[in-house]
Amino acid sequence: MTVQLTHFSAAFVFALFASIVFGITHRETTRDMVRYGLYCFAMFLGGILVAGWAMWLVRR
Amino acid sequence: MANPTIAKTKMAEPAQPASMMSVIAPAVGWLIPGAGHIIQKRWIRGLLLLVSIGTLFVLGLMMQGHIYKANGGDILDILGFIGDLGAGGLYITTLTMNWGQGAIAFAIADYGTKFMIVAGLLNFIAVADAYHIAIGKKQ
Repeated sequence: MTVQLTHFSAAFVFALFASIVFGITHRETTRDMVRYGLYCFAMFLGGILVAGWAMWLVRR
Repeated sequence: MANPTIAKTKMAEPAQPASMMSVIAPAVGWLIPGAGHIIQKRWIRGLLLLVSIGTLFVLGLMMQGHIYKANGGDILDILGFIGDLGAGGLYITTLTMNWGQGAIAFAIADYGTKFMIVAGLLNFIAVADAYHIAIGKKQ
């Protein structure tokens, strides 16, 4: 069985699960874990979008 | 009045005796991602780690990712092996079943390879976290 993800969905899945692990392992309290996980997720996806648009601009 | 120099000097804390859990939790956590937390009654954290690391690894396999074996060749292959090794039981099962042996023929397969390496590296972090919980450094 194979899975064909698009580039963005692969990046989304990666960001989601990596952020969960970062949140759990890098903070002490539940509240801080959730906040840090959301922060990591936003940074992952934000970085992807910024890099994507930067490459689009460079290509033009 | 307390001498500030003495007050600032921290007394060395007595070393905590190494408990059995500080050995078992990291070992079990490496073998089964999240299990190091689960055996210390951190149920939700353990399950989230299991689902996150397990899904990343399995998705990597389903994307036709390549699994690295022990090798003494290219430095990137060695680093890939170290990353994959972190997944513990998932890695051992994959090698035993002879999965993940295809050539990386397209971009998504390369992503899959990276998914499995990152799953292993994330499990190393989870193992360290389980150890910190076992020695009382973290709640």
